[in-house]
Amino acid sequence: MKKETSTSKQPLSSNSQALITADNISLIHGDKVLLQDINITISAGEIVTLIGPNGAGKTTLLNILLGLSSPTAGTIKRNKDCRIGYMPQRLQLNPQLPLTVDRFLSLVNSTLSSVQSSTISIDKALTRTGVNHLQKTDMNNLSGGEIQRVLLARALLRQPQLLVLDEPVQGVDINGQNQLYQLISDIRDELNCGVLMVSHDLHLVMAATDHVICLNQHICCHGHPESVSSHPAYLELFGDTSSNLATYTHHHDHKHDLHGKVVKGKDTHQNHSQCSHGDH
Amino acid sequence: MDFLLFALLAGVGVALIAAPLGAFVVWQRLAYFGDTLAHASLLGVAFGLLLTVSIQAAITVSCLIVAILLTIWQTQRQLPTDTLLGIISHSSLAIGLILVSVFDAGRLDLTRYLLGDILSTNTTDIITIFAIAIVIGLLIWRFWTPLLAITVNEAMAEVEGVPVKRMRLLLLFMLALTIAVAIKIVGVLLITALLIIPAAAARYLSRTPEQMVGFAAIIGCLSVALGLASSFQWDTPAGPSIVASASGLFILSLLIKRYSA
Repeated sequence: MKKETSTSKQPLSSNSQALITADNISLIHGDKVLLQDINITISAGEIVTLIGPNGAGKTTLLNILLGLSSPTAGTIKRNKDCRIGYMPQRLQLNPQLPLTVDRFLSLVNSTLSSVQSSTISIDKALTRTGVNHLQKTDMNNLSGGEIQRVLLARALLRQPQLLVLDEPVQGVDINGQNQLYQLISDIRDELNCGVLMVSHDLHLVMAATDHVICLNQHICCHGHPESVSSHPAYLELFGDTSSNLATYTHHHDHKHDLHGKVVKGKDTHQNHSQCSHGDH
Repeated sequence: MDFLLFALLAGVGVALIAAPLGAFVVWQRLAYFGDTLAHASLLGVAFGLLLTVSIQAAITVSCLIVAILLTIWQTQRQLPTDTLLGIISHSSLAIGLILVSVFDAGRLDLTRYLLGDILSTNTTDIITIFAIAIVIGLLIWRFWTPLLAITVNEAMAEVEGVPVKRMRLLLLFMLALTIAVAIKIVGVLLITALLIIPAAAARYLSRTPEQMVGFAAIIGCLSVALGLASSFQWDTPAGPSIVASASGLFILSLLIKRYSA
């Protein structure tokens, strides 16, 4: 069991192949601090999972890293040729728009610039994510898990150097989660792309994750996840199947009160299933 | 019979323009937005009368200005968008009605603007409509894929490098132009119907976005023909007859969908 802890506010890694670097990012609206002094580096081949309670600013941070919005302080450095494949949290399509899966995927092809040579076909991308049989299905008739797989195929079509996924397994059952995580980790191995993922669960993350970052306005703690498949509670629940899930143990040196304010505390290190956030 | 042929040409031209724009209005839930532009164009009529410039030009300019103002105002967060649109839509309709009746007491028939005046179509109108149809057709053809991409998901489109803001502005510009020429056909009060009813009817018959635009164009043209025929035969008001025909075709397409499946 690997345990690696460090205090926050240090850059997580300083690889020369950094795809994206956030340097002291803050976002302040009026007197409300949404994000404070965030430092994140994502490198090629690295999987970073972002966890945190509701309202912690995970999606806000993701939007800033993606360049969809700007921070009020700090800088974002994006590798100039970094191609991003993005999988939004929810794809709310208007049922009035008739759109088959392959037509939906064809929308990405024509927005590719000429620089990108190694494009793969829609057919291949869908086969890769295991939903090739849905090619002619209307997007409105897909289940939650199928939509995630189609979105993943769409992200793959861009042959990304950085894959960004916002709660990719939310609303998917535990088996489906397992499969999706396996798929994401395989894709990372194939493309050697960086992966930035927001997890909906505070304690269960993808096993292949290299770095877990716990966010609650600021970076509370970060480190490596531990393998979950050997955890007795997991075995009891799901049997002895190989697992792509892992637990993450939080190491906080402070608490948050109901308003999210930081309260310094000495004895906050607790067991696996409990975290020191007051509002978890 | 010449006036009927002119009316038919004008109506078909507007139906062709309205098909793709109507589809986008349905897909992006812009119906209320279209209504607001249409109502505000009555202010354009008033200013056209006041400044004694071409009323068609005044309507076009005012539609474009309101479209730009609305895009800017939509970024504020004090009012929900539908409330904002409701305020602008109905105040501009009210003020427009007051101004038009003050400046033009007795001379101008208000219903021409409220319900359309397709039967008085002249050569200039036809040329204007088809010129705009060509411009809009070319723009839609050129930017079809990025426009669809922002319709599906703006954040995803932006990450993938689509110029989202410019595409949205382009769409609103085309919508404003469409509304400005459609006023002649069905009037301020019924324009949104001409945009959304053929598109909504086409949805039941289509499997792709392109098909939906195609069917919307056919249904729109049919509505114009049916409405004009009814107007000629039974002397019903032309604009409302066109919209009523579109509604009939909508129900028909709903039934086709239900009983063919």
